Amino acid sequence: MKHSKWPWLYIFLVYLFLYLPLIILIIFSFNEASSGTVWKGFSLRWYDKLFNSSALISGLVNSLIVGVSAATIVTIIGTLSAVTLFRFNFYGKNFIMSLLYILIMSPEIIMGISLLLLFKFLSMDLGFQTLLITHITLCLPFVMAVLFTRLANFDVHIIEAAKDLGANELQTFFHIILPSILPAVIAAWILSFTISMDDSICAFFTSGPQFEILPQKIYAMVRTGVKPEVNALSTLIFGASMLIIIIAQIMLRERKK
Amino acid sequence: MKERNLFHTVTIAVIVLWLLLFALIPNIIMFIVSFLEYDSQSFVKAVFTLENYKKFFTGAYFNIFLNSFKVAAIATFLCLIIGYPFAYILARSKSKYKGLMALLVVIPYWTSALIRTYAISYMLAANGLINTILIKIGIIDAPLSLLYTEGAVIFGFVYTLLPFMILPLYATIDKFDFRYIEAAQDLGASKLRTFYHIILPLTSPGIIAGTVLVFLPALGLFYIPSLLGGGKHIMVSNIIQEQFTSNVLQNWPLGSAASVLITVIMGIMIWAYYKSSKSFRTKVL
Amino acid sequence: MKQQETLVELKNICKSFDGKSVLNNLDLTIYNGEFLTILGPSGCGKTTTLRLIAGFEQADSGDILLQGKRINNIPANNREVHTVFQNYALFPHMTVFDNIAFGLKMHKVPKNEIKEKVMEVLRIVKLEEFIDRKPHQLSGGQQQRVALARALVNKPLVLLLDEPLSALDASLRLNMQKELKQLQHKLGITFVLVTHDREEALSMSDRVIVMNRGVIEQCGTPKNLYEEPNSIFVANFIGDVNVLNGEVLGFEDNLIKAKVEGRICSIKTKKELNIGDKFTLLLRPEDMRIEKLSEHPDTEGLMIGNIETKVYKGATLDTTIKLNNGTVIKASEFFDEEYEDFDYNMNEQVSVGWVSGWEVVLKDERA
Repeated sequence: MKHSKWPWLYIFLVYLFLYLPLIILIIFSFNEASSGTVWKGFSLRWYDKLFNSSALISGLVNSLIVGVSAATIVTIIGTLSAVTLFRFNFYGKNFIMSLLYILIMSPEIIMGISLLLLFKFLSMDLGFQTLLITHITLCLPFVMAVLFTRLANFDVHIIEAAKDLGANELQTFFHIILPSILPAVIAAWILSFTISMDDSICAFFTSGPQFEILPQKIYAMVRTGVKPEVNALSTLIFGASMLIIIIAQIMLRERKK
Repeated sequence: MKERNLFHTVTIAVIVLWLLLFALIPNIIMFIVSFLEYDSQSFVKAVFTLENYKKFFTGAYFNIFLNSFKVAAIATFLCLIIGYPFAYILARSKSKYKGLMALLVVIPYWTSALIRTYAISYMLAANGLINTILIKIGIIDAPLSLLYTEGAVIFGFVYTLLPFMILPLYATIDKFDFRYIEAAQDLGASKLRTFYHIILPLTSPGIIAGTVLVFLPALGLFYIPSLLGGGKHIMVSNIIQEQFTSNVLQNWPLGSAASVLITVIMGIMIWAYYKSSKSFRTKVL
Repeated sequence: MKQQETLVELKNICKSFDGKSVLNNLDLTIYNGEFLTILGPSGCGKTTTLRLIAGFEQADSGDILLQGKRINNIPANNREVHTVFQNYALFPHMTVFDNIAFGLKMHKVPKNEIKEKVMEVLRIVKLEEFIDRKPHQLSGGQQQRVALARALVNKPLVLLLDEPLSALDASLRLNMQKELKQLQHKLGITFVLVTHDREEALSMSDRVIVMNRGVIEQCGTPKNLYEEPNSIFVANFIGDVNVLNGEVLGFEDNLIKAKVEGRICSIKTKKELNIGDKFTLLLRPEDMRIEKLSEHPDTEGLMIGNIETKVYKGATLDTTIKLNNGTVIKASEFFDEEYEDFDYNMNEQVSVGWVSGWEVVLKDERA
C-alpha cells in the first residue's frame, strides 16, 4: 500500500465506471446525429425538440408540482412529529418508531402496490392526490431520520431554559427549537424534493394517466429505444441537481460560520 | 403540563393516523388480497385461496422467482467485490480530499435512477459506445448484443446500487482501528490471514449493511430488467408491476402474493442484519 | 442573621422515576434573601429538588409553596423562578443581547425598556462589549455570566443554579465563586445552588443542606456542618474525617470517661450514653495531635501506631498513622514557630491524640 499508484488507479476506474455513462449521455445530448454514438457535430436541436415536446414538459411540470407540495407538507408534518417524539415519552412511541423503520426499509415497489390497493379500496381516482399521499409517505421516514439525527445532539436544557424564562409551548417551538434545527429542516425539504422528483417506482402504481410525472413519461419514451431529447433532459436535470447540491453546500458552510 | 396537550396531541395524532392509514393498513390489505381469488371483473373475489402462493413455488413463476434472487445475489456480490477494495483504499488513505472523494461516489445518484439506467442502455446499445469503440479498434467486426441480456441487467444493478455498498463499507472501515492490523502482523500473521481473521470480521457490519442495501432494492427496481433485459429477462418485480399496471394482465392477488413473499424475505434479512449487528456489538465492542 | 421570612417551602415531597424513589418525604424551607446550597453526591436527589422548584418536574405527592401559594400546578414558564443550567443552555442561534432579552420579550416588556434592562444587567456582569457575540464566541466564564444575566434580568424571586461552576476550570471557578457571592449580596435575590463540591458549598453559602439518597441528612451553616456533623456521611462529605470507635467507661463531672481505640480519655457530649455503650467519635485530621513516644515510655492507655505515610504540604505536614488494630488515622499538623522543624521517621512508633473538646460523638450507627 505504501505510496503505490495501483490503488489510485483502481479508485479512478471505479469513478470512471460511475461517471462514464452520464458523461456520454451529456456529450451526446449535443450531438447532431439522431441516434448512436457517432459524433456528427455540435447541435442544440434536441434541446429545441425537448422544449417543444409537450409530454416531457408537462411531465416535468407535474413532477415539480408534486415535488414541491409533497416536500413542503412532509417537512411540516415530519418536523412537528419528530420534535414531539423527541421531547416526550408516551405510550406507543416505540410503535411509531418501528413503523417508521419498516417504512424506510420497505422496497418502493411494495409501498407503491400496497397504496394502490388502498386507493382502489377507498375508490379514489389515481392522480395528483394519490401521488401526493404516496410521496409524503415515501419521504416521511427520511425527514424524520434527518431531524432525529439533528435532534440527537440538541440540548434539552435549551428548551427548559426557554420555558424557564416564560416561553409557552408555541413560543418555544418558534423562537428556540425551529431556528436551531432550521438547517436540518431545509435539508429534509431538499431530500424530500429529490426523492419525489426521482421516484420512478411508486408513481407507476399510484398516479393515473391524467397526472403523469416525468419518470413515467421518460420510461414510456425510452422503452422503445434511444431518444436524444431524453439525453437533453437528463443533462438539464443533472445540471440542476448539481446546482442544488452546490447551493446547499454553500448554505451549510455559511451556517457553520 | 396542560398546555402540552393540544399542540402535541394534534401532531402525534397526525403522524399516528398517517402511518396507520398509509403504511400499516395498505400492507394489511395487500396481505389479505394475496389470499383471495382472482376475478377478471372486479379484480378480486372474496374467497380464500392459497393458489396465488402455489404459483410461485411451481412452474414458470418459480423459475422467475429463483432467477430474480440469482440476479440480485450476483449483483450484490459484484458490488461487494468492486466496492470493498474501493472503500478500503479510500478509508485508509490519508488524503485530505477523502471526504470529497466519498461524496463523489454519491453525486451521480442525485440524478434519477431511471435516467442512469437509460444511460447504461445508451452505452450498451448495438450502436452504443462500447460496440463503436470495439469495432473502431478492430477487435470485432459486427456489434455484440450487449443490451437485452442478463449480463446487462446485472451490470445495471451494479451500476445503480454500488454506492449503497460503498458507503456503509467506507463508514465501518473508516472507524476501524488499524492498530489491530499492526498487532496481528506483530504477532506474526501474514497479510492474507490478517485480512481474513481481523479485518473481515471487524468490518462485517458494513458488509452486511451494504448487502441488505443492495440486495433489497435489486428485487424491486423493475425498470432495470425491463429496460436492460428487454422483456426477455424479467424478474419478480416485473411480474408485480405487470399485475398492477398493465391493461391486460391484471391479477392483483397474484401480484400481492409476490409482494408478500418479497416482504417476508426482506423481513428475514433485516432481522438477520439486526441480530448480527447486535451480536457483533456485544461480542466485539 | 436577619429576620427570616419564608420564601419557598417544600412539604412532604415524594418523587420517583420509573418506580425508583428519588425523593422521600422531603421537607425544605428556603428563606428570603439567603444563599442556600444543596450539597450531595450524584444521584442524591439534589438536582431533582431544584427541578421541582423550577417546574421541570412534577412531584408525585406533597406541596411546593412559593410565598405561601401552592405552585405545584403552575408550569415552569409562569413561575417567578429562574434557572442557571449546568451547561448554561444559552440559545446558540441568538446573540448575547437576544439571549438576555428573551425572557423580557416573552413577558411582552416594551422594546425600549428591554434595551435598558439588558444593558443594566450586562453592566452588572461586566459583559457590555460582548453584546453582539454569539454564545460560541464566548469563553466558558463569559457564557456563565450571560446565563446569569439572562436569568437575573427578569428579577426572579429565586435563582436556581444547577452546578453552575462545574464546567469551568479550577482557577476560574474560584473567581466565579467570589463573584456569585458578591452578586447575590448586591442584588439580594435568593440563590439556591446545587453542587457536589463541598468547598463551593462551604465558601459561598449562608446555609448548606446535605442530601443523601433522597433525604436531607443535615442542614445548617457551613461552620455548623463542619464542626458538628450529625452523621458519618455528613462528616465525610464535608471534609476528611477520622472515624474512631469508643466505649463508655464511666462518668466524671459532666464528662464521659471513655476508651477510644485503646486511648483512655475524657469526652464532652450532650448525647445520652450509658456505661458500656459503644459510640463513634469523629475527628478532623487537623484536630489530631501526634506525640513522640520518647515522651511517654508507658504505652498503657494510649492510642499507639506507626507513621505510614507523610506528605509535606507547605503549611502542614500530613501523615497517616496505622494503629496496631489496623485502623488508619489521618493527621494534618500545622508548622508553627515553636516546632518549626518537627518531623517523623517512616514507621516511627507514635502516640495519637486530639485537641480535647473538638471531638464529635455519634451514637453507634451500627447498633
